[in-house]
Amino acid sequence: MNKFSSKIPSLSRRKFIIDSAAVGGGLAVGFNLPIGRAADAKNTLRGNEVNAWVVVKPDSSCVIRVARSEMGQGTHTGLVQLVAEELECDWKKLSIDQVTAGENLARKRVWGEMGTGGSRGIRISQDYVRRGGAVARVMLLQAAAEQWKVPVEELSVAKGVITHATSKRSTTYGKVAAAAAKLTPPDPKSIKLKDPKDWKIAGKPVLRLDTADKLNGSKLYSIDLKLPGMLHAAIRQCPVFGGKLSSFDEAKIAGMPGVKRAVKVNDSAVAVVADTWWRAKKALDALPIVWDEGAGTAESSATIAERLKGGLTASDEPFAGWQVGDALKAIGGAAKKIDAVYSTPFLAHATMEPMNCTARVSAERVEVWGPTQNAEASLAAASEESGLPLGKAEVYKLDLGGGFGRRGGTQDYTRQAVAIAKQFPGVPIKLVWSREEDMQHDFYRPISMCKLSAGLDETGKLQGLHIRISGQSINAFLNPAVIKEGRDMRQVQGMYKDPGDAQFAYTVPNLLIEYAMRNSHVPVGPWRGVNTNQNGVYLECFIEEVARAAGTDSLEFRRALLHDHPKHLGVLNAAAEKADWGKPLPPGVHRGIAQFMGYGSYSAAVAEVSVSAKGELKVHRMVLALNCGHAVNPQQIAMQVEGSVAFGLTATLYGELTVGNGRIQQSNFHDYAIMRLAEMPKVETVIVPTYDFWGGVGEPTICVVAPAVLNAIFAATGKPVRSLPLKNVKLV
Amino acid sequence: MARLNINGKLRDVQVEPDTPLLWVIREQVGLTGTKYGCGVAQCGACSVHINGEVMRSCAIPVGNVKATDRIVTIEGLSATSSHPVQKAWAALDVPQCGYCQSGQIMAAAALLKKNPKPTDKDIDEAMTNICRCGTYQRIRAAVHTAAGRKEA
Ligand code: FES
Ligand code: FES
Repeated sequence: MNKFSSKIPSLSRRKFIIDSAAVGGGLAVGFNLPIGRAADAKNTLRGNEVNAWVVVKPDSSCVIRVARSEMGQGTHTGLVQLVAEELECDWKKLSIDQVTAGENLARKRVWGEMGTGGSRGIRISQDYVRRGGAVARVMLLQAAAEQWKVPVEELSVAKGVITHATSKRSTTYGKVAAAAAKLTPPDPKSIKLKDPKDWKIAGKPVLRLDTADKLNGSKLYSIDLKLPGMLHAAIRQCPVFGGKLSSFDEAKIAGMPGVKRAVKVNDSAVAVVADTWWRAKKALDALPIVWDEGAGTAESSATIAERLKGGLTASDEPFAGWQVGDALKAIGGAAKKIDAVYSTPFLAHATMEPMNCTARVSAERVEVWGPTQNAEASLAAASEESGLPLGKAEVYKLDLGGGFGRRGGTQDYTRQAVAIAKQFPGVPIKLVWSREEDMQHDFYRPISMCKLSAGLDETGKLQGLHIRISGQSINAFLNPAVIKEGRDMRQVQGMYKDPGDAQFAYTVPNLLIEYAMRNSHVPVGPWRGVNTNQNGVYLECFIEEVARAAGTDSLEFRRALLHDHPKHLGVLNAAAEKADWGKPLPPGVHRGIAQFMGYGSYSAAVAEVSVSAKGELKVHRMVLALNCGHAVNPQQIAMQVEGSVAFGLTATLYGELTVGNGRIQQSNFHDYAIMRLAEMPKVETVIVPTYDFWGGVGEPTICVVAPAVLNAIFAATGKPVRSLPLKNVKLV
Repeated sequence: MARLNINGKLRDVQVEPDTPLLWVIREQVGLTGTKYGCGVAQCGACSVHINGEVMRSCAIPVGNVKATDRIVTIEGLSATSSHPVQKAWAALDVPQCGYCQSGQIMAAAALLKKNPKPTDKDIDEAMTNICRCGTYQRIRAAVHTAAGRKEA
């Protein structure tokens, strides 16, 4: 039982009544919601909106609103835990309601930003969603106090039941919700949030709220959507990036079963629209298409590699980066010098649910149903592509069958669906990409190389370190305006000077970190963990080489350099301890260790591997330690860590896309392999939250997976691995 | 035109015989729990049972399926999500995005029918579906749970 003593300070409030009228006139209510929300929306209306985050129904069950996207990472459950913790409702009686981008716009972004990427879903919204729950609780208690004419300080609440102990009276949230909704809410900032050590719902390993319909086929993903009168579209984009559509011969597919039309989609794609997707795809396969492939055809993996190599040694250009002392001089004069060049390839997201989007466009409205990590970006894309103002656009997001960064800022699939639907006014068009399109038209993890040099003194102490990264820039492709004078700091993610987000933690007296931008025509974008992935490999594998050259234990060498960064050191120690670093292993099994930082969280890993005489690798066990500041749901965090191991190991073992004649040469899972269950090591997660910051969870640990494994291989074979994926490397 | 026995019901569908069973199930029959992931028998998202065997429906032309073949999709595995595999999946919170899980559950159910107490090695060999979210560790544990024993 918790007691709250809150007077309600006055603050002008836009009443829900007014809002809902405005909403009804413009956006969210009053048009067809043929999915999920239709039923929910009715229930919601039967309840009382206490504030934007909380709707209470007469039976005291609570509807918690969420704005961020759910793509498997558990953000919805985590956010609801945080709201419910402050709300003091009954965890067994609540449901989730997803707000739409149009509703958010109409209510002046009362739910904040909707974008879900960069492992921000919880850490950036935690403060305002907890205050949202707390404000609702204060209002519900105030309503009961006014009804009973007792001071609110004398009330207590648990699981949605309000009690006045002195007079032995009790009531429920459901009974006072209508009165509470009419009160003026307190200033959210005036409310003291609970200390995490008093949490009863947050911080606990509760089961996810969104599992049941994933077990029986009833969960509706965007790709499963059915709307009355809907037609289906299959798309083909110019295989060479930057190329254009010249022509297509529609007559050749006329009369094929179910086919309606073939249409141009913007400049570089053609779609066939039919009564089912399979018929559309079959006709598309039969459609003669002529492309103007453009200048990109001259590009190949070899030309791109040459360009990157140039960046490793270039001298007279602006580099992004930072320095301490004079690294080149220190290395030049060192007793022992170590040099290495590393490289990592382009990677595809390959979300399990392929790209898809449904759109309906009329002269008056554009509506989009899609799997989006950023409903507001989808709204903007729908509005722009349709030519209709934002106020005439709406986006219904459905939970994603995987996101990994593919469906956030890059709204290509949304634009295409709208561009096709525009040519069929009033008809809902569901666009589904084949896996082949998905593989060949991604925004790939950027390709890069890294040249590293280090200098040790006679005692084996690191005196100088020079890191030169050369490769593609995500910002150059997606957000060129943020690049100043050719310098893009984002590509050195994980090696930043400043604390807080992705800080370089080794104290080296002479340090030089540089990034040389070398772009190609291949589109690049954020991919789970983004630049921490390859940068983690570069730094942590090279530090391993340096530690071995110094003749020092891998853990001790790192420890000695981390004395100024206790949080980095903390996770390193936690992983080492859990993995029994230094203790004997079964014959043939070897350990590797790594630490790195991204997304405001600190990660470390220890891998145990063996390499057979034939060079076959087996990863037996991985221990990962994570300090994400606050742990909202330890079980969900462990699941994300396990997932990051699978994602990271897939990249380490198999991930590689190559370029020939300007196009991606892989097309499906037969030549872009994904790790299977048999290869999954035993993963142990150690969560060591320090509760003095809020860090991310979905991405941080992936960057230590590859380096820990590669360092264990080094221990097993005595040879460093400097280029990924391992399928191309002879280990012995 | 094809006659199919899906989840115990006979259905007549108007469709070209070279259409993959997956798309007939999803589009003509309207059961969307069976998923498209690759279309080339690589990922297992489209797994269904045909006469008790787990099969990748994206690679089976509907013309090869007879009306006497018993097709079971995820929707027909149990009426109330009460199959031991579904219960184990719920208890261990296996799914992340969930997109691959229909196929994973169908593969696990077929495995347990043949081999009620699979070893880790049996699970390695039978459970070859792709999960991009990386739920493999929990899938393994849940198969053991569904088999009624602790993880081997
Ligand atoms: S969709 Fe059938 S195996 Fe991938
Ligand atoms: S749970 Fe997302 S692909 Fe398996």
